[in-house]
Amino acid sequence: MDFSFSEEQNKFRQEVRAFLEEEIEKGYWEPACDAWVQGFDPAFTKRVADRGWIGLTWPKEYGGQGRSHIERLILTEEMLRYGAPAACHWFGDRQVGGTILSFGSEELKKEFLPRIVRGEAYFGLGMSEPGAGSDLASLQTRAVEDGDYYVINGQKTWTSCASFSEYFDVYARTDPEAVRHRGISEFIIDAHLPGVSRIPMVDITGTEAWNDVFFDNVRVHSKYLVGEKNRGFYQVLHQLDYERSGLERLMGNYPLFEAIVQFAKENRLSQEPAIRSKLAQLQIEFEVGRLLVYRVALVMEEGRAPNWESAMSKAYSTEFEKRLAGVAMEVLGPYGQLMSGSKFVPLRGMALHSYLGSKGYSLQAGTTEILKNILAVRRLGLPSS
Amino acid sequence: MNLTLTEEQEMLRKTARDFLADKCSRKFVEQMEESETGYSRELWQEMAGLGWMGLAFPGKYGGGDMSFLDLGVLLEEMGRVCLPGPFFSTVVLGGLSILDVGSEQQRQEYLPGLIHGERISTLALIEPGYGNYDASSVTLEATRHDGSYTMSGSKLFVPDAHIADYLLCVTRTKPESGITIFLVDAKDPRISYTVLKTIAGDKLCEVVFDQMSVPEANILGGLNHGWDAVQKIIQRAAVGKCCQMVGNIQRVLEMTVDYAKERKQFDRPIGSFQVIQHYCADMATDVDTARFGTYQAAWMLSEGLPCTREVAVAKAWISEASQRVFTLAHQIHGAIGVTIEHDLHHYTRRAKAAELAFGDADFYRKMVANEMGL
Repeated sequence: MDFSFSEEQNKFRQEVRAFLEEEIEKGYWEPACDAWVQGFDPAFTKRVADRGWIGLTWPKEYGGQGRSHIERLILTEEMLRYGAPAACHWFGDRQVGGTILSFGSEELKKEFLPRIVRGEAYFGLGMSEPGAGSDLASLQTRAVEDGDYYVINGQKTWTSCASFSEYFDVYARTDPEAVRHRGISEFIIDAHLPGVSRIPMVDITGTEAWNDVFFDNVRVHSKYLVGEKNRGFYQVLHQLDYERSGLERLMGNYPLFEAIVQFAKENRLSQEPAIRSKLAQLQIEFEVGRLLVYRVALVMEEGRAPNWESAMSKAYSTEFEKRLAGVAMEVLGPYGQLMSGSKFVPLRGMALHSYLGSKGYSLQAGTTEILKNILAVRRLGLPSS
Repeated sequence: MNLTLTEEQEMLRKTARDFLADKCSRKFVEQMEESETGYSRELWQEMAGLGWMGLAFPGKYGGGDMSFLDLGVLLEEMGRVCLPGPFFSTVVLGGLSILDVGSEQQRQEYLPGLIHGERISTLALIEPGYGNYDASSVTLEATRHDGSYTMSGSKLFVPDAHIADYLLCVTRTKPESGITIFLVDAKDPRISYTVLKTIAGDKLCEVVFDQMSVPEANILGGLNHGWDAVQKIIQRAAVGKCCQMVGNIQRVLEMTVDYAKERKQFDRPIGSFQVIQHYCADMATDVDTARFGTYQAAWMLSEGLPCTREVAVAKAWISEASQRVFTLAHQIHGAIGVTIEHDLHHYTRRAKAAELAFGDADFYRKMVANEMGL
C-alpha cells in the first residue's frame, strides 16, 4: 500500500494548479460549481488541449499521452477544485473517446480521437428517453438500415451539453425482434445533420442544463456505427462504468465547500460547536470518499473497467454532495435562500445552486438505486431481484 | 498510489486467518469471556512462537522488523474472529510505547519479555470522571520522595491490568502542565484490581494504587513531558482499534450477505429483495470507506508521516460507519441475530467497545475541525 503520489505526479499536480491559477488571475473565468458539466468555454478547452491534457491516458498514436489514470484523476481533481469550465471536452474525454477506443473501428478512431484531443469535437450523450430511464434497455429510438446508411428516428432526453455538442453518442434499436437488450446499437451522430433538432430544458436551478434531442429521419452513414451491431447495450454498460468513475461526483461543488468553510471562519460561525461539527463531518466524508474514487482509478490502471467500484463511488459521492449543499444552506441561514444576483446574496449564490442542483446528482448516470443493485449483485453476489 | 497489500502482507493475512480459524473458535471466545484471565496461556505462547508480538519491533530486541501497517493486517484478522486476550494491550499500548519513548536500557529490559510472550503490559490512562483523552483529565498525582515517586488513586478502563506484568501509568507530576509516564510493576501488592463487567467482556479493570512507590528510573520518556508521548500512544491505539474494527465489520458484512442468500421467506432468498440488497450495498460501502480511511492512517503512521488529520478522519468515520453496519446487520438477520445462539452479538458488542476506545466520532470531529483551522 502506498497512499502517496510519486514525485512526477506531484509535479504534474503543481503544473495543473499553476495553469488554473493563472487562468483565474487573468480573469478568464470564475470558479463555479458544476462547471465540469455547465461551464462551456471553447477557448478554455483549447488551452487545456494545447497542454496535451485531453485524452491524457489514450495511446500516442491517436494523439493521447499514454499517461496513467491516476494522473488523469489528478488533472480532473484540480479542474474540479478550481471549478474550471471544462464542459466542452469533459464528455469526450471521460467516456465517448474511451468507447471509441474500446469498440470503434480504426476509421472512427482516426476521425474522432485526434479531434477530441485537440479540443475540437464536443459530445453529448443520447442514452435516456422519455420512457427509458433506469430501464435503459427499453429505449425506443429506431435505427433502420438502408444501404450504407442507418435512418434514425426517435427522441433522447436529459442530454447535457446539447446546445454546444457537435456530436451525439446515440443508442438506438436496430433489431426490434430481438430480446430488448440484444437489439441495440451505438452511433456517433453529427449534430448538424438534417433532421436533428434540440429543445433546451430549464432545470430546477434555472439553468439550461439539459436538452431534448429529436431525430427525424436522420441518415447516418454506417461507418458511424460504433462496435458491433446489436451489441450497443453491452457497450453502454461499459461506458456508464466510466461515466460514474470520476471525482466530479464528489467535487462538482468543491468551490462551495471551500467557500462555506471560509465564510464560517470569517463570520465566526465556526466557533459554534454545531457548525464546527457539521463542517468537520463534511471534511471526513470528503476524505474517505476521495479514497473510494482513487480506488476506481487504480482499477482502471489495471486495465479493468471499474464496474461495482464506480457504482459505489458514485452512489457515495452524490449523497455527499447533497449533504454539502444542505450544510451550506444551514450555515447561511436566511441568506441561503437568496438567488444569484440578488441583493445580499452570499457566495455568489453557490449554496442555493448546489442545494437545488444536487437533487439530480443521484439520478444521473444511474440512479443510486440502480447503483446499489449493481453493488448487491456484482460485488456481493446476491441473487437478481 | 497503490491500495493493495503486498505479497508478504497477503501471506501474513493468510497465515493469520488459517491459524485463527483453527485456534479461535466461537466456543473459545465464549470461554475466554467467562474466564477470569480472559486469555489462554497456551495460545499466547503459540502466537509468540509465530512472532506476532514482535512483528513490528526491531530485530535487535527479538522482533520481526516489520511495519505498523503489517501489524495492522494482523489486527484486522484478530478483529475478524474477536480474538480475546492481551495482544492489543501488550503490543500496541505497552510495547510500541516503550519502543517509542523508552531509553535504550528500558527497551532492552522490557521489550524482549513482551516479544517472547513472557510478559504482558498495558496502559493505565483513563481516570474516574468524564474527561475524554485530554491532558487535564489526568489527575493521579505522583509525588517525589527520596528518589522515587509515590502514587495513590485510581485508573479506570485499563485493559488486562489484572494479568499484566507492567503498567504504563500516566500521572500528574506538576499541577499545571506536568504529565509523566511511569513503568509500574503491576504485581506489586500496593495495587489492586477489579475486573469490570463490560459490553464486550474484554477485561477492562479498575486499578487502585495505595501508596505505590515507583523508582525514578522507571520514568518512561521525560519527567513532566509525557503528554506528547501519550498523544502518540492514543493516536497509534486509535488506528489499531480501527484495524480491528475493519476486520470485525468485514466479517459481519460477509455473515450478513451469506445469511441473506440462505434465508428464505415468501419462497425466495431475502437477499433477492431490493430493500435487503440496498442495505447490503450500504454496508459494503461503509466497510470499504472504513477500510481505506483506516489503511491510509496506518500507512502514514508506518511511514512516520504527520497524520493527526488522517487518524482523526479514520476513527471518526469508522466509529459511525460501524454502527450503521450493525444496525443493518441486525435488521437483516432478524430475530436470530439478537440471540446468543448466533455469532453476531460477539461482533456487535466488541464494535461498540472499540468505538468508545481512544476517542469516538465526536472526539475526532473536534480534532478535524481544529485541523481545518475552524
